[in-house]
Amino acid sequence: MALALIIALPFLGIFLPMLLERFGRSACAFGAGVAPLAALMLLLSKRAEVFSGQTEIVHSSWLPELGLNLSLRLDGLGFLFALLILGIGLLVILYARYYLTKKDPMGRFFGFFLLFMGSMLGVVLSENLLLMLMFWELTSLSSFLLIGYWNHRADARQGARMALAVTGGGGLALLAGILLIGHIVGSFELTTVLASGDLIRANALYPLTLILVLLGVFTKSAQFPFHFWLPQAMAAPTPVSAFLHSATMVKAGVFLLARLYPALADSEWWFYLVSMTGLATLLLGAVMALFQHDLKGLLAYSTISHLGLITLLFGLDSRLAAVAAIFHIINHATFKASLFMAAGIIDHETGTRDMRRINGMWKYMPHTAALAMVASLAMAGVPLLNGFLSKEMFFAETLDQHLLGSFYWTIPAVATLASAFSVAYSLRFVHDVFFNGEPVDLPKYPPHEPARYMKIPVEILVLLCLLVGMLPAFTVAPLLAAAVSGTLNGHVPEYSLVIWHGFNLPLAMSFAALVGGVLIYTLRKWAFRWYEGLPSVDSLDVFERVMTGLTLAARYLTGLLENGSLQRYIALMLISTLLLVVFALTPLESLSGQVALTPLDGITVLGMAILACASLLTVLFHRRRLVALMVLSVVGLMVSLGFARYSAPDLALTQLSVEVVTIILLILTLFFMPDRTPAESSSLRSFRDFALASGFGTMVALLAYAVLTRPYDSIASFFLENSVSGGGGTNVVNVILVDFRGFDTLGEISVLAIAGVGIYGLLHGLHLPHPIRDYGGRLWSTDSHPMILDALSRALLPMALLISVFIFLRGHNLPGGGFIAGLVTAVALILQYISHGVTWAQERQPISYHALSGAGLLIAGLTGLGSWFFGYPFLTSAFDHFHLPLIGEFELATAALFDLGVYLVVVGATLLILSNIGHVSQDESSKEVL
Amino acid sequence: MEALFAITLGIMTASGVYLLLRARIFPVVMGLTLISYAVNLFIFSMGRLATGVPAVIGRSEAYGDPLPQALVLTAIVIGFAMTAFVVVLALRSIGELRTDHVDGQEPSK
Repeated sequence: MALALIIALPFLGIFLPMLLERFGRSACAFGAGVAPLAALMLLLSKRAEVFSGQTEIVHSSWLPELGLNLSLRLDGLGFLFALLILGIGLLVILYARYYLTKKDPMGRFFGFFLLFMGSMLGVVLSENLLLMLMFWELTSLSSFLLIGYWNHRADARQGARMALAVTGGGGLALLAGILLIGHIVGSFELTTVLASGDLIRANALYPLTLILVLLGVFTKSAQFPFHFWLPQAMAAPTPVSAFLHSATMVKAGVFLLARLYPALADSEWWFYLVSMTGLATLLLGAVMALFQHDLKGLLAYSTISHLGLITLLFGLDSRLAAVAAIFHIINHATFKASLFMAAGIIDHETGTRDMRRINGMWKYMPHTAALAMVASLAMAGVPLLNGFLSKEMFFAETLDQHLLGSFYWTIPAVATLASAFSVAYSLRFVHDVFFNGEPVDLPKYPPHEPARYMKIPVEILVLLCLLVGMLPAFTVAPLLAAAVSGTLNGHVPEYSLVIWHGFNLPLAMSFAALVGGVLIYTLRKWAFRWYEGLPSVDSLDVFERVMTGLTLAARYLTGLLENGSLQRYIALMLISTLLLVVFALTPLESLSGQVALTPLDGITVLGMAILACASLLTVLFHRRRLVALMVLSVVGLMVSLGFARYSAPDLALTQLSVEVVTIILLILTLFFMPDRTPAESSSLRSFRDFALASGFGTMVALLAYAVLTRPYDSIASFFLENSVSGGGGTNVVNVILVDFRGFDTLGEISVLAIAGVGIYGLLHGLHLPHPIRDYGGRLWSTDSHPMILDALSRALLPMALLISVFIFLRGHNLPGGGFIAGLVTAVALILQYISHGVTWAQERQPISYHALSGAGLLIAGLTGLGSWFFGYPFLTSAFDHFHLPLIGEFELATAALFDLGVYLVVVGATLLILSNIGHVSQDESSKEVL
Repeated sequence: MEALFAITLGIMTASGVYLLLRARIFPVVMGLTLISYAVNLFIFSMGRLATGVPAVIGRSEAYGDPLPQALVLTAIVIGFAMTAFVVVLALRSIGELRTDHVDGQEPSK
């Protein structure tokens, strides 16, 4: 629980600085510090358990089916990182209070900062790899916000975007890698994964897994060739840089190297990939750092170089090297954080970061100068400072590897060279900034010492550098031991933390690096001149160009598929559907199944033949729209006869009445369209469509045949058995609609009502011109309400209504019901519209169809709710038999009430749709179509 | 008979698909209607084809499968609502775009 709280506290604390911002900047910073301080206290209370080598694991399920659990883990490694994150984070908060100006929105800064801090804590304290990945991505996102904090500056926005693109892209690779690990091991829990190193390495997928995970690590840790985002991220406020470069973000990458070390290391793949990347990054970063004129640029490249060193150490793949790597992580965090803070102070007080202008600061700010000098000497690896200790261990380890065969000497040689450059740039930081004559043309002159409290974080960190450097055994030893034990899963090698190891080769290498560094620095004028001569590559430019290229390529690809033609989309969709079904059907061994075919009879053959011919004729006549529509109605009628033939009287009735309204609907719309379709498809297009249609038809025919000749098992018996006893009706189809599956029906009539209202909305205020001549140039008939139809329809109305009542009432026991009755009523009413016109019909029918369908929905819904009052689930129906004199015995069921709702919705929606289309007209002389 | 039914279904679907691929709204809607006929028949036939066995208790010895029938019954009504919605959408687009081409613009000659 306390473990979860450590992660949760920074997230919860986000609101404090935002709320306290109005009470001043100190209050705001104080608010930001509360949550991390509490989390730090909690963490330190676990100190004894961690130092004694225990691993605390808290487990709670989240989505166990996916292997995703909210499980957390606190061991030495997690403890070390959490300590760095919280400790340095608190110092940075104090520092930022004085660094940020009045113009900067401080609440937002600390909000982002705490978000980032919480995400980092999540990364280092997760037991579940997927959970860790979630936090990992959260660090990418929150660092984007932090780097882009000064969002009015273009470089901040670009730097933030680059960081997000690179680390986010790496995160995707890492996701794939972690999924592979989970696939191999069968679990995402670290305890299992770390114990399964041999299993992972033996798997054929190991190289792929390793490369994917390393892509995530290298992008995050700014390793060559992904290092370019880190210098661009300098656009962030300096407190952010101090935090990102020392304890977090880039350290998340090396943290993961350490975390997965037992699972992935100990193979040649690991050695070559990790150590060579580290070696290249180490040298490149060190050389580039020397040539930066920007104070923060120098530090940024130095971070790259030091991360390369740590990566190289992990790559050397020995336990002692891992010890050195972890030790260097601690040391680098302390001196790099203090150096960034010092650089920020100098920037803050002089107004520039250009080392060609900042000179002689010793005179103006001796206190800051002293602190910065100690820290940079630690960075250079000068004895009695912490950097020296880990660098000695590093040299010793570079000598102790054998995989490169006779080229084994290259690693120590390159390491010494890089160290020499590291000494040189450290010297440059010290000499250029604090000595080297007088400042040149400073924006703020004269510079002076910053606020007292701004230096406290630097002092604490520098003190740590000194203490660790001089008294390692009394300061860092237990922490390091616990972290190493956590990293190596308990297998801690023998190592010693003394300063003096006697005269040996590593000491000689250190000495050589020191001398070489001084030499390089004295020759810097030539070096700079040589560097000026190099073609300059602006990584931001290159990145932007690549991104623009990618966008263009993506747009081109999208354009290829998506050209805006719906005709093409539907063809593509049909083709892919066809392919999918064909692909799924290929395993089918024989087309026909075991069930014997039923014999043919003449009537059926005739019906089927008419159906098929009418379908084909619809296509044949499709350019002459009215004719095609007439033929289409034949198809509909034949379908309805088909339903009647195959024992579905309800369907036949429904199909028949729907057919009538559909054809009326289509004729109404045809009124506003040309009555001929122009011939415009190319021969090739027609052929393609013909082929596609034939393919589809064949597929459907084969599928239907294959299914129909196979035996089947149905749940029908349940409905047949319970229809009378449970639903009180003998027409099982109707009982299913209003009782068993009443909820579905409620949904369906809702759709119907919504469609009606939607159509009303679409047609509202629409005025369409309509042709008054047909294709041949003949005028439309002006006799819109013929007399015979007029007379007949009036006589028909009462009869039709009577029939619909009859159909409705018998629906529960015999074919019929609300749907069919509603459609019959709708047809009868529509006939009045057709024969007399909209105005005439509506004058005599003062009913709002909106209200009608709304009332229907309400009745159906309330009937369903009614069952709650009797303690039954929604839509449970009840029925009983009553006896009345004269009429005899009859049955009353709540289902009938529900069916009444269905009836009203069908009538309301159908008339809403059809009567509104009748209104659409622009021509004043003929106001209505119907 | 099953073979004949399947072939008829195939012809209906093929006709519907061909019309669906036309460039003007009206044939497309007709194609859609044809396809929905075919689909309704297809779903209905999943309860197998048998004559003289309506699912009304007490009217015959055996009963057809009522479940696909109930599904298809609502599908027919909803199908009408959807067809209506599509044609009204088409009317609206004719009103706004002054063309009945499915792509919303007359093809460039």
